[in-house]
Amino acid sequence: MKRRDFLKTCTICGVAASLGSSRQAWGVSFEGYPDRMGVLADLTRCVGCRSCEAACNREQQLPAPSLSFDDQSVFEDKRRPTEWAYTVVNRYETKKEAGPVYRKIQCNHCNEPACLTSCLVNAYTKTKEGAVIYNPKVCIGCRACMVACPFSIPGYSYTSAFDPVVKKCLFCYDTRLKYGKSPACVDICPQEALTFGHLSDLIKIGHERIREMPDKYVDHIYGEKEMGGTGWIYLSGVPFDQVGFDTTLGNEPIISNVKDFLGFIPMVLTIWPALFSGFRLLATNGKNHLNLDSKQEDAEP
Amino acid sequence: MKKLKTPEMVIIDSPYKAPGKTRWSLKEKLLLGLTTQQYISQALRNPFNWLFAIIFTIGVPVLAGRFLFGLSWATDSSYDYPWGLFLGFGLFTMVPLSSSGFQLGTAVQIFGRHDLEPIERLALLNGLLGYFFAVCFLLADLGQPWRLPYPMFFSFGPAAVLFLVAWHVATYLSVQIAEVSESFFEWIGFPMGKRAIHNITLGLTVAGIILSTLHQGALGALFTYAPGKVHPLWYSASYQWLNFFVSSMPAGLCMVIVVSTIVSKTMAWRCDNNFINNLDKFTITLARGAAMGLATYFTMKLISIAHDNKWEYIASGWGLWYVFEITVGVLLPLVLLTFAIKNKKVGLIRIAALMTIFGVALNRFNTALITFNWKMAERFVPSWREVAITVTIFTIYIVVYRFILYRLPIVYSWKAEDEKALARESVVKTSDYSSVDDAMQPAVAYVGRADQLNPLPGCAASEE
Repeated sequence: MKRRDFLKTCTICGVAASLGSSRQAWGVSFEGYPDRMGVLADLTRCVGCRSCEAACNREQQLPAPSLSFDDQSVFEDKRRPTEWAYTVVNRYETKKEAGPVYRKIQCNHCNEPACLTSCLVNAYTKTKEGAVIYNPKVCIGCRACMVACPFSIPGYSYTSAFDPVVKKCLFCYDTRLKYGKSPACVDICPQEALTFGHLSDLIKIGHERIREMPDKYVDHIYGEKEMGGTGWIYLSGVPFDQVGFDTTLGNEPIISNVKDFLGFIPMVLTIWPALFSGFRLLATNGKNHLNLDSKQEDAEP
Repeated sequence: MKKLKTPEMVIIDSPYKAPGKTRWSLKEKLLLGLTTQQYISQALRNPFNWLFAIIFTIGVPVLAGRFLFGLSWATDSSYDYPWGLFLGFGLFTMVPLSSSGFQLGTAVQIFGRHDLEPIERLALLNGLLGYFFAVCFLLADLGQPWRLPYPMFFSFGPAAVLFLVAWHVATYLSVQIAEVSESFFEWIGFPMGKRAIHNITLGLTVAGIILSTLHQGALGALFTYAPGKVHPLWYSASYQWLNFFVSSMPAGLCMVIVVSTIVSKTMAWRCDNNFINNLDKFTITLARGAAMGLATYFTMKLISIAHDNKWEYIASGWGLWYVFEITVGVLLPLVLLTFAIKNKKVGLIRIAALMTIFGVALNRFNTALITFNWKMAERFVPSWREVAITVTIFTIYIVVYRFILYRLPIVYSWKAEDEKALARESVVKTSDYSSVDDAMQPAVAYVGRADQLNPLPGCAASEE
């Protein structure tokens, strides 16, 4: 190999490697925007009135549900957010004599959202205000975000033949959060079960409440660390796994699982070409196989 | 079909009807040298065509309905099971079964195993069609399939594994089209194109290895986005991509074994002696590779379990299912292959190959659908329309596969004498003496290569 060729190859590999590592830069751990907003949901205060569901329905101009928002029979099933309801409240019977516990479910607006990192067209954005918003204009409908979301939040309008899109809670970003206002569900809550504010303040408030009333609360804020931290965080009087929270998720954001593979990509891109060209050189002894058939090969001295 | 070969029929395997006489027209090539009447009557005689007709009668309207009435009409895809049969079978199963192209390409072009050339083209075609139809399945599954080019040109999410899959499948599809077009250029009579492709074969092959390593692995890495949903026995953050990549290798090789078996049984008239006579030898060679792949895959599976210490899950109900998958889909075929290779029992190899395909397919089904959301009570059940569409697209795959095998020089070689003549023609036309050598070189090579195969059919093959 000539020196010039060698240098050329090195340069190409170097450029390729740096391209590869720029991809990896996406995977560095991200603590979240400093001024991001969040909501502290206190399960001990929720009475299951479902007015947050009604407010969300109005604010997001979703179709009217078949059962009215006063109807308590919906609590017989465990529901999840759908294309028609971005937030739902579920009822859990627990051993506590205080009665059932209600839990509101909606997008948790993660610091490092799995939906965002799994999206191949970058349809999701984590805004500096803390909302995880979605751009329906670029979504191709692969639904990887629904597979990736550890909280099983995104819904999909399967019924639409020509414009199906992902439907999920957007933190009322376009109508409220952008202007510094709290989302519709927080505004309407009669029990002050939902507190809107800077996430860093909310975490302090949460710990404050636990410190003041250690008998009332489980000593844990769900979402403070889970999945790399979420924008919506929760206080509960009963263990979280009894009220439908997945407590096995761990504190690493989803993208950490994928880093092993992403880190391998630049290696393949840079090493494989040289490796396999080298194999060919060794296996065929550098002869151009185009001009070689077995007979000629035998005839050679 | 065997019935296709009638005494009066001439099999087209060269540009000329008889040495130095008139050329076959495109229509004659398309109709396999039969008249339209004869062609239709042989097609109607074939019982498979009637089966296909029944499938299409039901399936094509359902397929059309999926695009007219939406996904909720056609599939059972729910919020919790966003991916159904189209991806579970069409993408996650079809793609590993199509890894044959890059493997045989590597063996022949990189490691110089030119003795495998007669089966290389079948492996390349198997790869191309598998990928092409995986994309077709993807189009059926995407909510907005008309936006398929968005990740290419419009909106980029380069941190996503799917972004990589999209780019690599698209580029690899182009690479495979280029590789297979060599036989198309022979058939259509365009030696220039063939030479052009032949000159970049090495580049194409290496590109194929890179792209295959990455996207076969990427399909596995996709599931590392869902650590809480994929069952721990089928999940491994560190080795998921390696498991998918390694298992794709025996799957692809076994697919070639099975397809070549079907070809030799149902379209023997189309195969040349070189293919038929050497098929047993090729089968054993492929089986060797598959056995090595299976052994590696089995080891990887064990390491995946041991690395995260997941042994306790084996004792559960899903654990039994896992043991079934590993026993019937990996260990048993591995034992059978090893025994059959040693005793040169080709029939047994073919059964074991089928089992390997089953094993890898079951693995993908388990990962993507059957054990997905294992913490939930609700299990994935496809709707009948989803099954109908899947069967229909797969049938189109078979029909296209057969259409190409009937015509292009895949399992037979195009007569080389004519190549030489064609090359000479083009050289004479240019009347530029300096280019004669360059132009002749590849042609000579073809003659050389085909010398073993053709001029006295049967003789060369029997010598070996």
